[in-house]
Amino acid sequence: MKITGKVIKYGDNVDTDVIIPARYLNSSNAKELASHCMEDIDKTFVGRVEVGNIMVAGSNFGCGSSREHAPIAIKESGIACVIAKSFARIFYRNAINTGLAIVEYDGEIDEGDTIEVDFDKGTIKNITSNTVGKFPPFPEFLQNIIKKGGLLNSLKESDNEI
Amino acid sequence: MGMTMSQKILAAHCGKETVKNGELISAKLDLVLGNDVTSPVAINEYNKSKCNCIFDCQKVVLVMDHFTPNKDIKAAEQTKQVREWADEKGIENFFDVGEMGVEHALLPEKGLVVAGDLVIGADSHTCTYGALGAFSTGVGSTDMAAGMAYGKAWFKVPSAVKFNLYGKLNKWVSGKDVILHIIGMVGVDGMLYKSMEFSGEGVKNLTMDDRFTICNMAIEAGAKNGIFPVDKQTLKYIKEHSKKTPVVFSADEDAEYDEVFNINLSEIEPTIAFPHLPSNTKTFKDIGEVPINQVVIGSCTNGRYSDFEVAAKILKGKKVNKRVRTLIIPATQKIFLELAQNGLTKIFVEAGCIVSTPTCGPCLGGHMGILAKGERCVSTTNRNFVGRMGHPESEVYLANPEVAIASAITGKISHPNEVVD
Ligand code: SF4
Repeated sequence: MKITGKVIKYGDNVDTDVIIPARYLNSSNAKELASHCMEDIDKTFVGRVEVGNIMVAGSNFGCGSSREHAPIAIKESGIACVIAKSFARIFYRNAINTGLAIVEYDGEIDEGDTIEVDFDKGTIKNITSNTVGKFPPFPEFLQNIIKKGGLLNSLKESDNEI
Repeated sequence: MGMTMSQKILAAHCGKETVKNGELISAKLDLVLGNDVTSPVAINEYNKSKCNCIFDCQKVVLVMDHFTPNKDIKAAEQTKQVREWADEKGIENFFDVGEMGVEHALLPEKGLVVAGDLVIGADSHTCTYGALGAFSTGVGSTDMAAGMAYGKAWFKVPSAVKFNLYGKLNKWVSGKDVILHIIGMVGVDGMLYKSMEFSGEGVKNLTMDDRFTICNMAIEAGAKNGIFPVDKQTLKYIKEHSKKTPVVFSADEDAEYDEVFNINLSEIEPTIAFPHLPSNTKTFKDIGEVPINQVVIGSCTNGRYSDFEVAAKILKGKKVNKRVRTLIIPATQKIFLELAQNGLTKIFVEAGCIVSTPTCGPCLGGHMGILAKGERCVSTTNRNFVGRMGHPESEVYLANPEVAIASAITGKISHPNEVVD
């Protein structure tokens, strides 16, 4: 699988409270959640995000609350993949379980760059700056969940064995 | 190579003699928890998957605590969805207004978690039950859905960092200061994916409430779980609250730790986390004049009886500052009742505070005390992220209940010594 897209970039410790503020958690509707995505750190996000954009951030992305509303809001807003130096652990499992593509990667990427993520080869090509970097693939166990389209589907098929 | 306490609990729940750092396992769960915000998402996932079984109707706990008593129509619809689903599936541990409390204070109080349990909850502060010697960790709603259906979850076996505690806490210092001190030291991602295992001779000097507060905020250092050894105090607490039989695990002598920190409890001072990260900690020597607008004492971190007891003791005979809205929010119905019975409610109300029924309320900026632009709140809760309690330009300062009530009296962030003779 390959994804090519334009980058929207944030810093370290982007917490789930700013990804989707708690005041909107009285709904679990994906469209409604997406309409408030990132609003407390970036009011312009909802207006400028385009389907296929790639979100890039620093370390500890998705820290804080366990709300699955966060990956749901990001995915629904059109973001095709999130790349961060590291992910907070609950966000990491939520992304895998809900089928939001994520990559742990530490290379140079700037706001507005166009990049190509190749999941099979484990490479990120920065088309704007013409550089290439590598990222480690997911362990097989997790790839299996992703391939089957999320946790619940994978459980069903494998006769309740995770 | 020996195993850590967390690894032993995980091994016992996946039917293996030993587990290793980084190993991916599927483990059997003793309890699956959700609240009024995360359960609707889990129920939607559950329904989509066409599962129709619940692994054990007694081992699923649903607590309506975040936006309840329902703050608006949408919140009302969400709790209604959960209520109807719980009835349909025969979930016994469904806690609604009248019975409910803030989940992580409620579950130990109701005896639903004991030592040796493996617990997941669709709420990040599920790590609180490590105080009881259980392995408990926060997950998302899809994990919760799978857990409810199959009684299982996947885990990457964590490595651990040991916090060797010694000495005794000073006056005006409690579990909150210990954990804020540690988070200030290691940072908000210092413990990412790891277990924080507390040990040492200082453990016996910490009350169960101190331990709950410390484990509650393990997630604020990025940890997967926090865990305390089981001692006489733990067993006494469990006996008084639960009919379940605890299983005591302890770390092997030769268990491997990524790092060991030695923490002298007697050197810890009242510690405050400044906006906008729990790791942005300061002690009073570095705090100038910070005027405030609101104080909140409550939440799964510091909404237990002992938190209000110490606050009332400081407040007795005084008034809170006219310009500080002071919200007292006991975490459970039992605590609410005890405040009334023991005269604490009277002290708070006469001093100019409000005393609310249990709710998460302002802790997550839900309702019951939202901040306007530029306002500051000293809060005994656990997060001070941008916009956590209201307007993105408002500020939350995390502190222990003693500092919170002293600040309510003076109208600025204050050491308890400033108001006590
Ligand atoms: S009190 Fe705050 S931190 Fe605790 S469960 Fe409620 S919202 Fe979460």
